Amino acid sequence: MNEIVVLSGKGGTGKTSITASLAVLAGNDAVIADCDVDAANMHLLLHPDFGTTVEFYSGEIAVINQAQCTRCRKCEDACRFNAIVYLDKKMQVIPIDCEGCGYCEKVCPTGAISMLERKSGNLFVSNIKTGTKMVHARLDIGAENSGKLVARVKNEAKSLAVATNKSFIIIDGAPGIGCPVVSSLAGANYVVLVTEPTMSGLHDLKRICAVIAKFRIKAGCIINKWDLNEEKTTEIQQFLYDEQIKHLADIPYDSSFTNAMTEGKTIVEIQSPYQELLQRIWNDIKTQLPK
Amino acid sequence: MPFKIAIASGKGGTGKTLLATNLADYISQREDTLLVDLDVEEPNDFIFIEGTQVNRVDQVKMIPSWDEGQCTLCGLCSKICKYHAVIQLGTFIAVFNELCHSCYACSELCPANALPMQAFKMGETRTMSKGRLTFIESRLEIGEEQAVPLIRKTHTMVDERFHDIPFQIFDCPPGTSCPVAAATRHADLVILVTEPTPFGLNDLKLAVETMQDLGKPVGVVINRDGIGNSEVEDFCKREQLPVLAKIPFDREIARRYSKGELVYTEVNSVISALDQIMKFVQNHFNP
Repeated sequence: MNEIVVLSGKGGTGKTSITASLAVLAGNDAVIADCDVDAANMHLLLHPDFGTTVEFYSGEIAVINQAQCTRCRKCEDACRFNAIVYLDKKMQVIPIDCEGCGYCEKVCPTGAISMLERKSGNLFVSNIKTGTKMVHARLDIGAENSGKLVARVKNEAKSLAVATNKSFIIIDGAPGIGCPVVSSLAGANYVVLVTEPTMSGLHDLKRICAVIAKFRIKAGCIINKWDLNEEKTTEIQQFLYDEQIKHLADIPYDSSFTNAMTEGKTIVEIQSPYQELLQRIWNDIKTQLPK
Repeated sequence: MPFKIAIASGKGGTGKTLLATNLADYISQREDTLLVDLDVEEPNDFIFIEGTQVNRVDQVKMIPSWDEGQCTLCGLCSKICKYHAVIQLGTFIAVFNELCHSCYACSELCPANALPMQAFKMGETRTMSKGRLTFIESRLEIGEEQAVPLIRKTHTMVDERFHDIPFQIFDCPPGTSCPVAAATRHADLVILVTEPTPFGLNDLKLAVETMQDLGKPVGVVINRDGIGNSEVEDFCKREQLPVLAKIPFDREIARRYSKGELVYTEVNSVISALDQIMKFVQNHFNP
């Protein structure tokens, strides 16, 4: 079984549209995972049925028992996140600032503080239109995107893929280079990069490539909207060559991608020249995978 | 008190950087302006602002470091740490820097003082100057996973050193989770940049919910107007969210952006969008 992660560094390059297209092309021989849990979009193209919902708990939050509290303010002094304040004549926890370290609980002389498990989102296991399963999630507002939910989505997808004997796991990764991205890379066999020919696109591509290099994972790259700046496209192609990243394809800017999206479809499900191109890309990716 | 505008969006790539850089540069033609790039994982504003660097500082976070000579191997640190960043392996205490939240609990509760806190570089902040524009960029080190500590440090630096700049614009990271909450923390107004597509709408809804939760006033800017459909506008109308401006889809904007150029100097539709945003700010906030 091969785990394929699609990443972009920069947002808005077309990562999710391309991941969903690959998911449709892989059909029922893949389990799909949306690891962009912070701003998940793939459900808009693959229409999961939200079949099973599991609450996701991650980390803890401090809770103060006011009856036991003597307002000695030792907790306030200990907290490095300014998450405990003296307000309305009592010590109060500011939930959004509490990072759940538990230092306050340890210094409280009267045992008035306890650490409770904190719900940080929901995880879904769904059936999708290609006859397979998709694992996706929704982070609660302002919750810590610690990468733990990403790891959970991935692990769930992996055990499903093993149990149902699938050849692929196709993962839509998060933008950026932080912990959700690192979590989605752990255990991956191949990375598909989606970039665009802008200075920002190339700058962010270089940063994400530095992260991938640390993991020593093989990668290929798609230059999306290549005709917006042909010079920049050439520069990116040269960068890929230097970094020994396979240049998978160039896709032009075309409103049919947006049109497909507004119909809730992937580009391979509407009549366009891109059906053939995406099929070619998918075939190429398959030949790149470890045997 | 300076007036602080945060430019944010749920979805990435909707035009946050385009709006932040062009708005900041435009305002700075008339008054002192500060632009702060808080998209520390992938900072891009510097591409569009050709300023002179006036300062560069390493940003550090405090991490415990094991003093083997002092340690009695009591195992308390390992038990205290909720992040599994300090782990006892036999007679060795391992500290995993990238997992540490700098809470100081292990260090200050250690009975043998064997885990003194030490500075560890997590990124850097550069200050640049261009006419009446001061530009600050914070950049996370590759391999460093937590954006929030660096965003918080940058806010502190802005408040200490640049509180006299009346107009401040903060380019925020995408998404709706903790880095966005940290980045928009001190904002008087949050401008959410979106695009009129199903992805744009989905992520706008999440971003609006986040900002309402944080108690922030919100305005919406619709970028690439003309593509997709009208559902974003319908949503704003229904939720009574002010649409501050619309920037039409225009290949010329995309082309100039791709080359790392500001667009407002050449594209009229962008100037009028910026004017509309400023008019809204003057009318509603009178900064």
